[in-house]
Amino acid sequence: MSLDEPTLSRRGLGRLGVAAATLAAVGAVKAATSPAEAQATGGTIKVGILHSLSGTMAISETTLKDVMLMLIEQQNKKGGLLGKKLEGVVVDPASNWPLFAEKARQLISVDKCAATFGCWTSVSRKSVLPVFEELNSILFYPVQYEGQECSRNVFYTGAAPNQQAIPAVDYLMSEGKVKRWVLAGTDYVYPRTTNQILEAYLKSKGVAAEDIMINYTPFGHSDWQNIVASIKKFGSAGKKTAVVSTINGDANVPFYKELGNQGVKATDIPVVAFSVGEEELAGIDTKPLLGHLAAWNYFESVDTKENKAFIKEWKAFTKNPKRTTNDPMEAHYIGFNMWVKGVEKAGTTDPDAVIDAMIGVSVPNLSGGYSAMMPNHHITKPVLIGEIQANGQFNTVSETPGLVVAQEWSPYVEDTKDLIGDWRAPLRCGAFNVKTGTCTAGKKA
Amino acid sequence: MHRIVAVLLLIILMQGMSVCRADGVDDAYEALSASAGSISAAGFNSVREGIEQLAVSGDPRAAVVIGALQDGLLYANDDHVLFIQLPDGTYVDARTGKPAPDVTDDDVKAVRVNNAVRSAIDGALGSLQLFAPDAPTRLKAASAVFTSHDPAALPALTQALAKETDPAVKQRMEQAKAAAILFATDASQADRLAAVATLRARGDQDARSLLSTLAGQTGPVADAAATAVVAIDRVLQIWSVAQSVYYGVSLGSVLLLAAAGLAITFGVMGVINMAHGEMVMIGAYVTFVVQQLMHAYLPSLYGISLLIAVPMAFLVSGAVGVAVERSLIRWLYGRPLETLLATWGLSLVLQQVVRSLFGANNRDVDTPSWMSGATQLGGLTLTWNRMYIILFAFLVVAALMAALRYTSLGLRMRAVTQNRRMAAAMGIKTPWIDALTFGLGSGVAGIAGVALSQIDNVSPNLGQGYIIDSFMVVVFGGVGNLWGTTLGALTLGIVNKFLEPIAGAVLGKIVVLILLILFVQRNPRGMFPLKGRAVES
Repeated sequence: MSLDEPTLSRRGLGRLGVAAATLAAVGAVKAATSPAEAQATGGTIKVGILHSLSGTMAISETTLKDVMLMLIEQQNKKGGLLGKKLEGVVVDPASNWPLFAEKARQLISVDKCAATFGCWTSVSRKSVLPVFEELNSILFYPVQYEGQECSRNVFYTGAAPNQQAIPAVDYLMSEGKVKRWVLAGTDYVYPRTTNQILEAYLKSKGVAAEDIMINYTPFGHSDWQNIVASIKKFGSAGKKTAVVSTINGDANVPFYKELGNQGVKATDIPVVAFSVGEEELAGIDTKPLLGHLAAWNYFESVDTKENKAFIKEWKAFTKNPKRTTNDPMEAHYIGFNMWVKGVEKAGTTDPDAVIDAMIGVSVPNLSGGYSAMMPNHHITKPVLIGEIQANGQFNTVSETPGLVVAQEWSPYVEDTKDLIGDWRAPLRCGAFNVKTGTCTAGKKA
Repeated sequence: MHRIVAVLLLIILMQGMSVCRADGVDDAYEALSASAGSISAAGFNSVREGIEQLAVSGDPRAAVVIGALQDGLLYANDDHVLFIQLPDGTYVDARTGKPAPDVTDDDVKAVRVNNAVRSAIDGALGSLQLFAPDAPTRLKAASAVFTSHDPAALPALTQALAKETDPAVKQRMEQAKAAAILFATDASQADRLAAVATLRARGDQDARSLLSTLAGQTGPVADAAATAVVAIDRVLQIWSVAQSVYYGVSLGSVLLLAAAGLAITFGVMGVINMAHGEMVMIGAYVTFVVQQLMHAYLPSLYGISLLIAVPMAFLVSGAVGVAVERSLIRWLYGRPLETLLATWGLSLVLQQVVRSLFGANNRDVDTPSWMSGATQLGGLTLTWNRMYIILFAFLVVAALMAALRYTSLGLRMRAVTQNRRMAAAMGIKTPWIDALTFGLGSGVAGIAGVALSQIDNVSPNLGQGYIIDSFMVVVFGGVGNLWGTTLGALTLGIVNKFLEPIAGAVLGKIVVLILLILFVQRNPRGMFPLKGRAVES
């Protein structure tokens, strides 16, 4: 999902202040969380939690910090891991991308964390990636993203484009008979890459160029009047039209409000979103949005025993009966359980051993099946399409028949169509060109 | 005479149909249960067909059952028997309407709905409600049939049209009929040509959308449709200019609201207040708290909660402003750089305080029903929330101007800013006036927060999005001049909205910034510079 940069204009001024405030905030958070759970040293395994607790991304990432603390607490109640207690180390990178790298270094070198769960935006992941590779540690990344990456030190538990965007477009094409497409996104790397893939995909399905409209808006865009009007106009050409939205973060709320006010109904022009979950809908009156769609690998409304138990525990842990659950939380749930299994399989928390042990590990997901870690460090997932309900939840209207294996390198983009990632011996390569038979990047002996 | 006979025949025919379809009703009910507890394309298709069958079956329970489905209250058990859930949680048999006391929540699963089913529901309910006793319902029904343009609704439409007396409803029904004829394969060419003419006369985007579905076909009807589309486009083009102006004024009014408070603190007092946006944010949170309290304690007055939030937001943000002035800003007068840094730090502190108090998530501020939706004025779509905000922005600025001009506090404020020492010599407590002026500016920012809570996120970051724009407006309009601020906000809004379709939202914003920089280079004091000695000091 990956928010890149808050509004440009604020950055320069903000940096000083942000840094200062972060220092204070981090101090407070650490003091509050770590000692409480610390056991006798030597008897603990530390788990890094690298999520922004302040700044623009706090809205999304705070929840992930909470879910990690819950998972760690549960694991400790079950007796910990390898006979040791787990201890979560919470740091606050404050939605400041360079600070993510600093905090990651601190978690690995100073706190000696065995693994780190963190990041939301693609840019924050890109910022910490060299640190994890240099210091050879493990990162679990829980958010759907644009793909085109496959690092040995990262396990991607969110969806790759073919586990979210492509099935959603397929659904609209077959079920909704959509012929005309608006690709609307926030102006940064995730929407641009995703739309590039989608545009190539649509054209390969015979959609003409004039039936595709691409629109980008800045972060935090709040005045959607004429963009919604132009979508309406684009949709009045006599062909069924749909909007594929990679609009990110806060801008979604005014966008949906404007759709509601201008009377764009899901039955006329459906909007399918890739970055709108239960959390984002919590701030909107969803009655006018009835029937607009979202594609995820998990919805809070999924009707399974596992999910009901998870929601119950979550509400008890947060002591808030109104807290929602969402897809990246499920990704952390899966990722954490996979890591626990991987460590048990390896018998140690040594990164090299765990990285090798992780491949092939399979754990239950919350939608009633199992997710497995594949050699490309991505996991298998079911793809769900849901429609927004009046109560702010999603109602699943379509589900892929089986699990979908992630394509980390898109087959629809010219540069990457021949690449695969495979971290098993003997290949051990993140970007292997199957045509030329060479490893183009990420080779590890 | 012929017509009466025809109508009579039709009625007899329809009644005959409903009799011989008695078992068809069973099928329809059975089909409706197909998507209960499962998700498959076939299930949704079956439900859709069930709705269409039920709607024309003449079954007296049809409207109730389909209405229940629309509200998500239709359930089915494993034997495909349908039940409707009542508000008290008990169930009645959908087919007969008799209570079903044995049925519990565990026995039944909700009949699922997707967009295709929802369209069918709208169309079916529309054709069933064409004969409703009150005109607004019939108008809504006719609009629904227009949208669904299902030829199956044609007999019902013809019948309803014959009885209709209300001219507005009649017109809408004729348009709906025209839309349906356009998609009826067996309609005569004359009928279809007439339908094209009716739609052309309607002349809006929906009509254009329907007509352009004929593109690619040949024959006189398609030709007429193509000419109609061109004609409609020409008219819509003119309206779109007016629409852009409206969007511009609307954006301008938001900028104006956000900047009005800054026009006082920065414009009149000269304090570079980077925490101005947070005063707006506090106002938005006050709205949230007021709504929560009223929901809990005064539900009868909930509809006017926004009106109550306005003075509350003014008082709370104003009080915060006074406290900030007394504790922080008064030590920094005449040191703009330190003020900038200190207020920036303050803005971060305020954000984190709100985040700690209310959480990082967006808060849901309700939009009252009188502010939702839109109205149509010719080819203009005017959304109510924006209309009210435009009105509100001008009211706030007018009140602010009046306060500065006609109240004794306003007089003192102007005196202090124009010549502090002379004002002090006349017995005005200048520090106290400073605090009140800053409080007034902050309070106005709080009021802006109430309005912004209707169109933007209520989150701790709310204010950040507006601070740069606010400074832009104040500097552009001319520091210390409320008229300048007003005109500056409107100009920036309109320019922005005309650039956006051409350059895109991202580039549009950049172009506006560049234009502004060039303008300020030439006119450093903005559009309406203050003249006189006060400026120099």
